Amino acid sequence: MKKILILGAGTGGTIMANKLRKSLDREDWDITIVDKHKTHYYQPGFLFIPFGIYNKHDVIKPKANFIPAGVNIIYSDVDKIVGEENKVLLEGGKILNYDFLIVATGTRVDPTETPGLKDELWYKEIFDFYTVDGAVALRDFFETWKGGRLVMSIAELPFKCPVAPLEFVFLADEYFTKAGIRDKVDITYVTPLPGAFTKPIATKMLGNLLKEKNITVIPDFYLESVDNKEKKIKSYDGQEIPFDVLTIVPVNKGDDMIERSGMGDDLNFIPTDKHTLRSEKYENVFVLGDASNIPTSKAGSVVHFAAEVLFDNMMCAIKGRELRAKFDGHANCYIETGFGKGSLIDFNYETEPLPGTYPLPGVGPFGLLQNTKMNHYGKVIFRWIYWHMLLKGKELPIENEMSMAGKKKS
Amino acid sequence: MAQKTIAGVNLEVTDEGYIVDSSQWTEEIAKEIAKEEGIELNDKHFEVIKFIRDNVDAGLTIRKIGKSGIVDIKGFYDLFPGGPLKVSTKIAGIKKPASCI
Repeated sequence: MKKILILGAGTGGTIMANKLRKSLDREDWDITIVDKHKTHYYQPGFLFIPFGIYNKHDVIKPKANFIPAGVNIIYSDVDKIVGEENKVLLEGGKILNYDFLIVATGTRVDPTETPGLKDELWYKEIFDFYTVDGAVALRDFFETWKGGRLVMSIAELPFKCPVAPLEFVFLADEYFTKAGIRDKVDITYVTPLPGAFTKPIATKMLGNLLKEKNITVIPDFYLESVDNKEKKIKSYDGQEIPFDVLTIVPVNKGDDMIERSGMGDDLNFIPTDKHTLRSEKYENVFVLGDASNIPTSKAGSVVHFAAEVLFDNMMCAIKGRELRAKFDGHANCYIETGFGKGSLIDFNYETEPLPGTYPLPGVGPFGLLQNTKMNHYGKVIFRWIYWHMLLKGKELPIENEMSMAGKKKS
Repeated sequence: MAQKTIAGVNLEVTDEGYIVDSSQWTEEIAKEIAKEEGIELNDKHFEVIKFIRDNVDAGLTIRKIGKSGIVDIKGFYDLFPGGPLKVSTKIAGIKKPASCI
C-alpha cells in the first residue's frame, strides 16, 4: 500500500483529498490528511463580519463534512517534516510515513512581528479582520463608534487576499454613510506598495474609486511600530500617522512547522517551482497554495486553479513520469466596492489585470475592472459555490488557465 | 524601453530607468545612477548592493535585507532614502522587484 499524506485541511488540502480519492484505487493508495483544527473557515467571509453583513456562523463548518469517505483524517499539530526520511512527526511523537507529501498549511497573521501591535490597544482600538475573533471584536467596536480617524494599514508583503483591505475601506465608506456619520469618519489607506495595487491599470481604476469615495491613500509606508500611548503608526523612514481606530493586516507568515522542518524562507514560505508546484528541496513533496513562495496572490482562487495543475502532476509523479502540467499563476478576485457593487480582476504571472468581460468574451456576465452590480452578485453567490462545489473538487464552468479572451489590452 | 549612456556605456533601460541586462553592470555605472538619485556610494552601500545582486533569484524584500547582517531595516532606509528597495535595485543594476499581488 502506497501513501499520500496531506498537511492542512483548508481550501487546498480539502480539494486535493477529494480529487485524489476519486481517482486512486483504495486497494493501492492510502490517503491521510492532517490538520490541527476541526473547523473549516470560509475566509473570504471574514471581511463582511465587521459590518454586520455576515456573522460567525456564516463562515464556519466542520472540516469533516468536506473530507470524503476513504480518507483518514487526523486532528493534530505537526511537529515537523523529515524530508530525507519521507516522514512527518506529529506532536506527541506519532510518525506518519509517506510516498508523496502535499504541504497545504497556508499562511497566518502574526501581530507579534510588529512592535506595539499586539499591546494594550489590541482588540480595543486596534483590530485585524483576518481572524474570526478580530472581525467579531471589530464589529462590536463599530456598532457604537462615534467617528474619528480610521486607519487601514498593511504591515508587510506578501499578504493573504491582497484585495481585502481595499474592500474593507470601500465597505467602511458604505457602512458609515448608512450610519449617518460618514462626515465624522476620516478613512486612510496605508500601504507599503507604491499605490492602491501593484499593477498599473488596476491601480489606476482602484485609485480613482478610492478618490471618488474620499478615502486617502498613503503609499510607500513600511510599518515599523505602533505607538499605543500617542495612537500613531510609525514607518522606518520616520513618517507618523495618527489613528483613533487602527485596522491592520499583520505580517503574514507560513506555519511555524515549516521553520522547524528547515523548509522555509525568512517568512516560513516554502521555495516551490512556480510551474510544477514541486518543492525545490524534495522530489516527492508538493506545495499548494499560500504555504508556497510562488509569485502570485495568496488567495483561494489561486489554490483552486493550482489544484488542477497539482492533480495532473501528482498523476505523473505517481507513474514516475515527467511533470507535464504547468501552473500559470492564475488568480481571479472579486472586489467588493460598496453599495451593492463590485469589481473583478483576472490575471496571472505574465498578464496584469485588464478590463473586459468574464468568463465569456463580450458577454460576461461579469465585468473585469468595471464596477457593477453583477460582480457583487458573483461574490455573494461564491460562498455557496465554495461550500458545495469547490471544496469537493467538482468541475466549475471556468477555465483553470487564464484566458486572454474577453480582455482588452489597451 | 530606451537607450541610455551611463558611465560611457550604452545600455538598454526600462521606462523607469532599470538596466535590462544585469551583466552589463559595473561599479562605475552604479556610482553614476546613485548620483542621479542623490546618493554618494560608500563601502556600506556596496556591501548591500553585493548582497542584492547575490540574492536576486531568491526574491528580495526589505525584511530580507534587514536580516542580511549588513544593515538593519532602518539602516537600509538611511542608505537609500525614499523607497530603499526600488532605489537600491536600480543602482545594483537588476530588475525592479515585483510585488506579487
